[in-house]
Amino acid sequence: MVVTTEMVMTHTYFRHARLLDPANGLDQVGDLCTENGRILTFGAAIGVPEGAEIIECDGAVLCPGLVDMRVSLGEPGYEYRETIATAAQAAAAGGITTLAALPDSRPAIDDPALVRLLRARGEETGSLTILAYAALTRGCRGEELAELGLLREAGAVAFTDGCQAIASTRLMRLALTYARGFGAMVVVHPEEASLAAGGAATEGELATRLGLPGIPAVAEAIVIARDIRLARLTGGAVHFAHVSTAESLMLIRRAKDEGLAVTCDTAPPYFDLNETAIGDFRTYAKLSPPLRREEDRMAIAAGLVDGTIDAIASDHQPRDADDKRLPFAQAAAGGSGLVTLLGITLAQVHNASLPLARAIELLTSRPAKLLGSDAGTLARGAAADLCLFAPEHAWRVVAGELPGKAQNTPFDGRALEGTVLGTWKAGRRVFG
Amino acid sequence: MATSTRTGRHLLQIEGMHPPEIAAMLDLAESYVLLNRSGKTQRDLLRGRTLINLFFEDSTRTRTSFELAGKRLGADVINMGVFTSSVNKGETLLDTAGTLNAMQTDLLVVRHPESGAPNLLAQKVDAAVINAGDGTHEHPTQALLDALTIRRRRGRLEGLVVAICGDVLHSRVARSNIHLLTVMGARVRVVGPATLMPSEIGRLGVEVFHDMKAGLQDADIVMMLRLQRERMTRGLVPSEREYFRFFGLDAEKLRVAKPDALVMHPGPMNRGVEIDSAVADDPVRSLIREQVEMGVAVRMAVLDILSRRARRND
Repeated sequence: MVVTTEMVMTHTYFRHARLLDPANGLDQVGDLCTENGRILTFGAAIGVPEGAEIIECDGAVLCPGLVDMRVSLGEPGYEYRETIATAAQAAAAGGITTLAALPDSRPAIDDPALVRLLRARGEETGSLTILAYAALTRGCRGEELAELGLLREAGAVAFTDGCQAIASTRLMRLALTYARGFGAMVVVHPEEASLAAGGAATEGELATRLGLPGIPAVAEAIVIARDIRLARLTGGAVHFAHVSTAESLMLIRRAKDEGLAVTCDTAPPYFDLNETAIGDFRTYAKLSPPLRREEDRMAIAAGLVDGTIDAIASDHQPRDADDKRLPFAQAAAGGSGLVTLLGITLAQVHNASLPLARAIELLTSRPAKLLGSDAGTLARGAAADLCLFAPEHAWRVVAGELPGKAQNTPFDGRALEGTVLGTWKAGRRVFG
Repeated sequence: MATSTRTGRHLLQIEGMHPPEIAAMLDLAESYVLLNRSGKTQRDLLRGRTLINLFFEDSTRTRTSFELAGKRLGADVINMGVFTSSVNKGETLLDTAGTLNAMQTDLLVVRHPESGAPNLLAQKVDAAVINAGDGTHEHPTQALLDALTIRRRRGRLEGLVVAICGDVLHSRVARSNIHLLTVMGARVRVVGPATLMPSEIGRLGVEVFHDMKAGLQDADIVMMLRLQRERMTRGLVPSEREYFRFFGLDAEKLRVAKPDALVMHPGPMNRGVEIDSAVADDPVRSLIREQVEMGVAVRMAVLDILSRRARRND
């Protein structure tokens, strides 16, 4: 490596973009210039620095790189499904520059060293910041609290047992109380385990017709109702992941009105698909929580608009073909979601009543804030994590041809409007 | 894709089948009843065709019935039980499909403990797939043989009151019968403890009863379902004696049905649990033996129709 005393300035200049940064109320046509990986300035007439690489945006939307607050990485432990490197490819193709990784890997992220390792592995990709959730209980086994203080010190953004709710009410109370002392929220997969055990689809007419063991939709609201009461009791902060029913939103809305530290996210399948997607035993549409009935899907879509839902996360769960090509009840639940996160969200903008700025806010600054990250906005001096997309440009989701390794999309065959043209991480182009 | 696996070259489920198609199958089966009773066979029909009975669940009755049906039509019949094949050694269902393709199977009869397994196989094998019972989903040939049995005794299906009683939740027989009988115009009731009723079963076009006498009132047909003992261990029913007291079919409960009401059971029976021996063995009311005979004829009709369709596609 050549060491020079003279600082070399590198600039990238985005010309004629629709600059969209909901956190700062910015939505205007203009230019943006980066310098050495950071945002230098943006606005109407800012001038092109000498030697800058120029990106002609032609009116496409330039927004902060997306922040995905719920991702399961195959690594460590399930590398046959996905590695961090392939997840990073998929994320970049999806416009995602920051993600929060779930801790229920093998081993579980329940040790400070593992938290640091995950962050470092993200940096190694050069295209992705990986924020680490840490296990709420040792091994995500739901038995005894993990070392929340040490994990927090190592950089854990919040605590969760991933795809498992804490069955014991006493333990959940302790967790909320203790985590509160370290200023961290607890992220919950809201599903009452004994009601969900063995279930493969939402209980109801369709599951009855298909002869599939059902999970009552209320299994979600039961945990949410309990944990809202515990949040009130303890003063702790609780975040419900991938909420999927109308009743869940009703409970969360009421808790927010009461001023409790209660937040939630949902994932694209829950506002884009309903249970009929599993018809004829399509295991790629087998998810956890299972797809719901149409009334619930509509309620989730409405929750994006009315502000009850705080963030949209991909809920990316990589699965191998062998995990899915099984009889429905035996097939693994979970869908890949990094590549389709933006496109499916934009369908709500095109076909429903979700304003574009609100959609982008739910994909950038809102999840960043929940995670205590300063990503997700266009600020002068901030890292130039950027996503450039053509909101009206059409493409089709084809399982088997998606970037990255995990091809288990529940959206196979779906026509979408909204194509990522380019993704930049700290000023460096990582996709497009 | 949904329709291609439902009708056409496979028989995966009754749901989605139309009345003329069902009636045609029953009519053909009727002719096979006469053929079988005459002691003749029709061995040229499936000569040179291979039928594999692929059973991932033990079922002597259904397997034997298909075997007999295949042999009477001249097919080469091979039985592959889960106990003798490599599916126990970690081979997946789809590996098995590949093997079957390599063997040039024409007709594949599948019994599997998981709902939808035959649908999955049907997407991957060249053979015509016949669902011989999958999980708690469907058992189409059972519904066809039940319909044939009823139709021969009553001359019709339309307008009959059929009470399907017992563990509807776990019953593929109940689901297939509900689809078939409702689409053919029968009035179907389901009767059983609320813990053994599938969610929203009423949406399938049936009336739901939790009291046997109310459900059997003026019924033409009483169809009993098998209660598996493991249901008790899962706490869905407190005890066998309580089940028999409230939901077991005995002469007293049967009294509220029509005087000439007929009793059916897909077998094998748990005598003294869901059905009293006196009722099961009643030579006038019980159709249980006749169901077995109709089973062979219906399966001959199904094999006949599917192999004709396969030839047409060749």
